Amino acid sequence: MPLLLRQIAAPEVPLEADNITPSKVADLTPASVEKLTVLHGNETRCVGDFFKASGRWDGTLEARGDRLERVKFLGAGMARGTLRVEGDAGEHLGAGMSGGNIAVSGDAADWVGPEMSGGRIEIRGNAGHAAGSAFRGASAGMTGGEIIIHGNARNEAGNAMSGGLLAIGGNSGDFTGVNMNAGSVFVLGKMGIRAGAGMKRGSIVSLNEAELLPTFGYSCAYRPGYLALYLRRLAALGLAPIAAAHIHGLYRRYCGDSVELNRGEILLYSGPAPAT
Amino acid sequence: MKIKSTEVVDTFAEAFKMWGARVVITAATKQWALAAAQSMTGFATSIIGCKCEAGIEKLLSPEQTPDGRPGVSALLFTMDRESAGKRLLERVGQCVMTCPTTSCFDGLAEQGEEQEPPAAEGPRAVSVGSQLRYFGDGFQSSKKLAGRRYWRIPVMDGEFTVAERFAVREAVGGGNIIILGVDERKTLAAAGAATRAMAKVDDVILPFPNGVVRSGSKVGSRYKTLPASTNDAYCPTLKAATNSLLPPEVNCALEIVIDGLTEAAVRAAMAAGMKAAARPGIKQLTAGNYGGNLGQYKINLREVLAQP
Repeated sequence: MPLLLRQIAAPEVPLEADNITPSKVADLTPASVEKLTVLHGNETRCVGDFFKASGRWDGTLEARGDRLERVKFLGAGMARGTLRVEGDAGEHLGAGMSGGNIAVSGDAADWVGPEMSGGRIEIRGNAGHAAGSAFRGASAGMTGGEIIIHGNARNEAGNAMSGGLLAIGGNSGDFTGVNMNAGSVFVLGKMGIRAGAGMKRGSIVSLNEAELLPTFGYSCAYRPGYLALYLRRLAALGLAPIAAAHIHGLYRRYCGDSVELNRGEILLYSGPAPAT
Repeated sequence: MKIKSTEVVDTFAEAFKMWGARVVITAATKQWALAAAQSMTGFATSIIGCKCEAGIEKLLSPEQTPDGRPGVSALLFTMDRESAGKRLLERVGQCVMTCPTTSCFDGLAEQGEEQEPPAAEGPRAVSVGSQLRYFGDGFQSSKKLAGRRYWRIPVMDGEFTVAERFAVREAVGGGNIIILGVDERKTLAAAGAATRAMAKVDDVILPFPNGVVRSGSKVGSRYKTLPASTNDAYCPTLKAATNSLLPPEVNCALEIVIDGLTEAAVRAAMAAGMKAAARPGIKQLTAGNYGGNLGQYKINLREVLAQP
């Protein structure tokens, strides 16, 4: 039986709840969990003011509620265990996490997994801006781990991303992978404009046509061997729609951003490969 | 003890501790994957002269490979962990990377073999892709997925994807059976049947041509520089000139050497091979050993056949 936090009161302003994370609640009793602190505006309050804790830590923490989108920093800094969010999640979900799993049944607000280095975040719905990104002023976004968004993601997904995998099952907003240093961004739906602006290294993959910046140069159409590993994994995670034609298909490779190192790539699916 | 009319000699195969790696090669077609695998496992019959022993373990369907393409699984064995890394680097670099459309994966890691043992044991995986990457002359890049890093090296048909590290595990080399027949034709047929049966066993390879070796060796030689020489006791032409172990009616002896990732796999292959080889015209099934003084494993033929 997991440790369960049931939301009993909606915060008037977003709640900063970086204590609601497996790393902090592991092995605590429900009563002890309710005594952990959260920031409600400029007030320090207790978890128990907003959540009723029950159950027992078995490696999983579950948060349930109708207004969880107002709870920020869920799973922040977690290194192990599982956090299940039944509902929507607020900003900065899994910020800086290094391990474990976060599963959100609904949508997630802006800043999913900023600067995370390991573990996996899976969002069944949509995500806001700047998923997997660097905080403003920082030079490196996520450096490892996986963010799987089954729905859409808004602007600047993967901003300054420096490793790991960010997969978007639906559409992405503008500036996908802006300033990327490394890592892989997959967009299975439509990708917004100005993807990869300022990227140094890393890969942005789109299964649909996309309007690219003129600072990305076309190289060739080929079958990138490594893509099959990623796409098969994403298909196994239930990210639709990935077909066999995508896994073994032809991709047009664009190198960029030439205003930077020109060592990044955007791969655009261009159809099934002819039989060998 | 007999299988049908063939006697199984009460003796044992003497096998050695080796280090083994599994290389999974995929390509656009089965033919290209096989071409790379055959090249990679070429000139790897015996550790004595080839520095490693290697062979094709089996063909893999697209469902069995990491990238969903046709593939081949090959095993490579050496006497120590360090040389496994050197041989893999040479052979993957010269024989797999050079072959059109191929990718190359660590078959042990893909099956869940741990790459990082306790620190006291040292690294159990050897660097391959992380060395080959330099061929990319700065244009190489890497991808890390599910804890494993792969290198992408630009080549003239696109790019070569190769695992950064390959797990190497303790293994067993030198399991063997020797088939003693009345003539060349019947002995070859029995050896062929045996190798086909052994090929169905997972985790083993038969490193010699078509799995069969005619130049079985003994340790040492009258010539000081040679570590091994012909196994005169099994040479039919020397029956009257040496301490022969061949029955009078035997005119041909062929050996099948088995290397495996586990002793159990080697034993299973030996059992399968003996059962398939036994037939009229095959007088005895025996095995090569060195008196039990060299190898870490003594695999008794009759015990192998008695196991379930």
